[in-house]
Amino acid sequence: MLACLPDMRPIIRHNGTEPALPDLRNLGTIVRILLAVTGAALLAAFVREPRWEALPGALVEASAAVAPALLLALALLWACAPWLSRQPYRTGAIAVAGIAFVATLAGHTLAGLIAPRAADSLLRELAFALLAVVGLAAYFRLRARALSPALVEARLQALQARIRPHFLFNSINGVLSLVRSDPRRAEEALLDLADLFRVLMRDNRDLAPLADEVHLCRQYLDLEKLRLGERLVVDWNVKSMPEDALVPPLCLQPLLENAVYHGIEPSPVPATLSVNIFLSRSEVHAILRNPYRDDGGRHHRGNRMAIANIRERLALHFDAEAALESKVTKDSYEVHIRMPYRTAAPSKGGDARAAKAAGNVVDLSAERAKPRARTAMTITGGRSWLKSRSVS
Amino acid sequence: MAEVPLRVLIVDDEAPARRRLRELLDDCASALPLAVVGEAQNGREAVELLQSIPVDLVLTDIHMPDMDGLELARHVLKVPHTPLVVFTTAFHEHALQAFEVNAVDYLVKPVRVQRLLAALQKVPKLRPLTPEKLSELPQSTRRFLSVTERSRVVLVPVDEVVYLKAELKYITIRTAQREHLLEESLTRLEQEFGSRFVRIHRNCLVSRDHIRGFERRVNDDGDAHWEVLLNGVTETLPVSRRQQFVVREVGRELAA
Repeated sequence: MLACLPDMRPIIRHNGTEPALPDLRNLGTIVRILLAVTGAALLAAFVREPRWEALPGALVEASAAVAPALLLALALLWACAPWLSRQPYRTGAIAVAGIAFVATLAGHTLAGLIAPRAADSLLRELAFALLAVVGLAAYFRLRARALSPALVEARLQALQARIRPHFLFNSINGVLSLVRSDPRRAEEALLDLADLFRVLMRDNRDLAPLADEVHLCRQYLDLEKLRLGERLVVDWNVKSMPEDALVPPLCLQPLLENAVYHGIEPSPVPATLSVNIFLSRSEVHAILRNPYRDDGGRHHRGNRMAIANIRERLALHFDAEAALESKVTKDSYEVHIRMPYRTAAPSKGGDARAAKAAGNVVDLSAERAKPRARTAMTITGGRSWLKSRSVS
Repeated sequence: MAEVPLRVLIVDDEAPARRRLRELLDDCASALPLAVVGEAQNGREAVELLQSIPVDLVLTDIHMPDMDGLELARHVLKVPHTPLVVFTTAFHEHALQAFEVNAVDYLVKPVRVQRLLAALQKVPKLRPLTPEKLSELPQSTRRFLSVTERSRVVLVPVDEVVYLKAELKYITIRTAQREHLLEESLTRLEQEFGSRFVRIHRNCLVSRDHIRGFERRVNDDGDAHWEVLLNGVTETLPVSRRQQFVVREVGRELAA
């Protein structure tokens, strides 16, 4: 269902001061609304009911009373979400209040069919609905304000621009070693390095196509291969990846950098880094695995920072619908990213942001990414050199 | 007076980095007689090479798999004709900055030919590192213990050590295959390797990974004590009364 969602905006919007409604089709938003309204109803019942022994019944009754109207309201909001997101904030907010009223009315009528209630209860229910809408609107505005302003953006930008000096200087050294013997390859490598830094330093706030990210990863790994030679084996399994899926830029490359740093460089024998990207039930999965030797806490800050940064950006863009999990086994390290499959709206849609993202597809993936992305290989688990540790 | 060429060994895990250093050394050769006598991919290979080729200067990277440059510098001290060590590294390392003033040099990659030449010209004035000076470096745990046997340096992987036992002046290193004699302090080793070894006696450290179990023994006088059973070797080792808590602690891990 989510797959056809045309709206590709991050839930937290970056267009400055203009307030905006939350993404009403986002799981995180829906869960927040459900919890808040049910919670308010429960609180009311708790305060109203003086007898402890009657409390459980009162609580059940209260949540049952709000449930039909609440679910109906959420369904209506879901249906109207694309339209609502195109309205100015004021119109949108009034429309949401209207939807809440309609849902409350319908819920009341429905409940009336089953068990008739006092006439004035409708008025109170409507007041409750209004309060809920106003309260939630205030909450979402506060939340957006807390998450979106310059502070967070600056931090994210800084973290994105961060690249291991280790990598930069080693790469330059690698290129220098080619200048005399193989000037053409040196030229190629410098161009790759330039491309990589262009992406690292541009404005990376908007989502970008997965094909671009994978292309960037390939360029990065080409550079690493220059200095690591056959010590670095990459096992690409991206045949079934959705190239048009929109993902936060630099959601994979920093993880590969970690994998090389912790999994390949310390290994005296060739080691395999495997990249597995696929679509499953309208979710994009990316699984990166590298051999890893537990050297007693050497898995240090750099890695945790990269993981925390990516996790934070996934949350900003997709809220609860995306997740990043990392797993350490005896001899391997695995990162698994799961995010909703979203694509840029076809250009007829009025959303300027979508059009911009579509523009990105053209300017980056272009002629190089596509054919190369098709070269898929079979996946084999990264066998490592660790076995040598066991002593007879 | 014809100068004797400076014999240089290049140690780096990245082939392009080795090639680059070689090119730069070629450039320096006109200003200073020198010869690149070998290349190694890591510290371990370098130690092997140093056994057979006399070397005056080791140019070594710091971060390498298997054995890094800092560990190499420690083992190099045991090589009979002790070469000087100059580190090359991709970024400034604070630990090494102290060394610059201490007469031992380090070069930042990418290296400029002028900088390399300056370092090479300093070499005759430098004196080899001493263990004391090396101990100022961040004490990373070694992967190997080095012992001198018939004027050769033998590397014993720490992974293979079953136990370390202090005897008079020396420490006996026991591996599944054989024994080696090491001239170091047991307390230092205990500090360096932390939880890898367990002290079971005033004079004995046992590798945790090699403990198979414990056995209660009663000797002729009726005194009871614990013996450690080991993987890979048949002999057993007594646990002293003071260290008896180890039996419970390690026993719990074994059971888990």
